[in-house]
Amino acid sequence: MSGISTSQYSHYHSKVARNRATSEPAWVRYLLIGTALSFLSLFLFVPLAAVFTEALRKGFDTYVTALVDPDALAAIKLTFIAAIIAVPLNLVFGVSAAWAITKFEFKGKSILITLIDLPFAVSPVIAGLIYVLIFGLQGWFGSYLVDNDIKIIFAVPGIVLATIFVTFPFVARELIPLMQAQGKDEEEAGLVLGASGWQILWRITLPNVKWGLLYGVILTNARAMGEFGAVSVVSGHIRGMTNTMPLHVEILYNEYNYAAAFAVASLLALLALVTLALKTYVEWHAAHDASLAEDASK
Amino acid sequence: MKKSLLALALLGAVFAATAPSAALAKDVEILNVSYDPTRELYKEFNAEFAKHWKEKTGDNVTIKQSHGGAGKQARAVIDGLQADVVTLALAYDIDAISEKAKLFPKDWQARLPNNSSPYTSTIVLLVRKGNPKNIKDWDDLVKPGVSVITPNPKTSGGARWNYLAAYAYALKQNNNDDTKAREFVSKIYKNVPVLDSGARGSTTTFVERGIGDVFISWENEAFLAQKELGVGKFEIVVPSVSILAEPPVTVVDKNAKKHGTEAVSKAYLEYLYSDVGQDLAGKHYYRPTNPKYVEKYASQFPKVNLIKIDDVFGGWQKAQKTHFSDGGVFDQIYQK
Repeated sequence: MSGISTSQYSHYHSKVARNRATSEPAWVRYLLIGTALSFLSLFLFVPLAAVFTEALRKGFDTYVTALVDPDALAAIKLTFIAAIIAVPLNLVFGVSAAWAITKFEFKGKSILITLIDLPFAVSPVIAGLIYVLIFGLQGWFGSYLVDNDIKIIFAVPGIVLATIFVTFPFVARELIPLMQAQGKDEEEAGLVLGASGWQILWRITLPNVKWGLLYGVILTNARAMGEFGAVSVVSGHIRGMTNTMPLHVEILYNEYNYAAAFAVASLLALLALVTLALKTYVEWHAAHDASLAEDASK
Repeated sequence: MKKSLLALALLGAVFAATAPSAALAKDVEILNVSYDPTRELYKEFNAEFAKHWKEKTGDNVTIKQSHGGAGKQARAVIDGLQADVVTLALAYDIDAISEKAKLFPKDWQARLPNNSSPYTSTIVLLVRKGNPKNIKDWDDLVKPGVSVITPNPKTSGGARWNYLAAYAYALKQNNNDDTKAREFVSKIYKNVPVLDSGARGSTTTFVERGIGDVFISWENEAFLAQKELGVGKFEIVVPSVSILAEPPVTVVDKNAKKHGTEAVSKAYLEYLYSDVGQDLAGKHYYRPTNPKYVEKYASQFPKVNLIKIDDVFGGWQKAQKTHFSDGGVFDQIYQK
C-alpha cells in the first residue's frame, strides 16, 4: 500500500498540475473538496470535540480525579501492558513473515498470506470466543489449566493473547507491498559481494523499509490500545484487574458517570491524535527519503 | 552468659507477641460476580463488609466486582471466571453454573434463608413524565404505537422476569389460556425497538438516549432512574399483577476453596442478611426480607399483587426450558 504511495509522493504536486484528467472546472473541485471536508468535520471533528467538552464539563478537578481513580489507573496500566507485549511480538512476526513472503519462493505462500489476513476477516468477538473455547474451564485445556492453577482467560494473559491476535496483520500487511515493490536486487547484490544473512537484513532490508515498518508499528499500537470486542469477551470485567481503558469507559458510562467515562475516553482520543501526528511525520519522512533517492538516481 | 540468655528470652517474647498477630492480619481478596443493576448496592455494601470483617478478624478484605447481564455472567463463571461468590438475578443462572461446571452442589439454594435471596424485587413500568401514552397496566403495552424497552431474555435475568410478569398477567386475564397468553406477549415484543443485553443497557437506552414510551424494569432500577438520574422526568406505573423476583446468592465452593476464601465468602453473603445489609438493600430500592426492615421501608414500595414463579410457572427449571431455551416460546414469538 504505502510502497505505491511513497514512490508517487515526490511528484504528486507537479503531476496534479500537469494531468489533464484533473483539469475540471473550478466549481467541481471546490464541490468535491467541500464535500470531503464537511463529511470529515461532521463525522470526525465534532465527535472529537464532544469527547473533550464532555470530559471537562464538570471542571478540570473532576477530570483529574477520574483519571487517578485506582480502577482507572489499573485500566491504563493493563492497556499499556497488553500493548507493550503485543507490539514487539507482532513486530518480529511481521518482519519475518514479510521477509519470507517477498524474498523467497516456497510452497504454501499464498496460504500464509491469507492466514495473515485472517484477523482482519474474523469479527473480534469471534477472536475472543476462540480463546474461551480453548482455555475456558469447559474448553480443550480447561481442566489442565485449573489443576495447575494457570489463569489465561479472565486474566491478563487472555487479554494479551486477544490483543496479539487482532493486531498481528498490521506490520506484515504494511511491509509486504513495500518489499515487493523494492524487489530483491539490492539483497542479491549484497549476497554476491559476500554479505551474510544478518548483514543483508540489518544493512539492506530493514533500512529500506524502516518508514513502512514504523508506520505498521504505530497502527499496531493504536489498535492494541483501542481494541474492545475481543478483549471484552476474555476479560471477565473485574474492576481494577481485567479492565482495559475501552472496557473501563463502558463501565463508567453504564454507571452514569459520564464525566469520568469521557475523561478516560479523552485519553484514548489523545492517543489517536498522537498516532495521527506520528503517522503524518512518518509519511513525510518516507516521501522525503524517496525523493532524495530519486534525485540521486537521476 | 546471663545477659545473652536474657536477650534470647526477650527475643523469644517479642516473637511470641508479634508472630500470631502478623499471621492473623491477612490481606484477602474475593470476587463477586453479579448482575447489572446491583452496581451501586454492592459498592456501598462492600465497604461496609470490609469494615465489619476488619473489626471481627483483623484481616483486610478487598471485594472485586464484575457486573453484566445475569446470563452472560453465569456463562463467564462456567467458562472459568474465578468468582468466589455469585449474586445473580435469578436462580436458573446459578443452577446452570452448578449443572455445567459443578462448582457447588445442586441444592445450593437451601444453604441460606429465603431461598438464598437476601432481598427481593419486582417488575414495574417506568413511563415519561405526565404518562403521555396513558399507560396503566400490561395491556396498554400491546397497543400499536407504544414503544416498549426491555432487555434480551436470552442474556438478561431481569428481562426474563419482565417476560414472565407479562405472561402471568395474560394468563390471569385469559383464564390460563396458554395460546392467548403467547399472543399477548408476542404483541408486546413487536413493540420493542431495541433489545439490550442487560438491564443497565436498557435503562441507558430509555433514560439517556430517550428511546421508548415505557420501560419494563426492575423496581430498583426504576427508582434509581426516577430519583437519581432524571428527577421529575419519569413516573412509575405499578401494574395490576407483577412477579416476585428473588435474586439469589451463593458461594462458589470450588473456587473459594482454591483461593482459601471459604470463610470470608460465606460471611460476606451472610452479612447481606444482617441489619447493615438489609438496611442498605432498602436504601438502594431492593425489598428487604427481614421483617424489621420490611416495615422500615414499607412506605417506599408500592403495594403490588405479586405472583410467584413456582405457583404459575412451576419453578425456574421448567420456566427456562419452556420459554427461554433454544426454540422455546420466546424464540417462537420473537421470530414471528
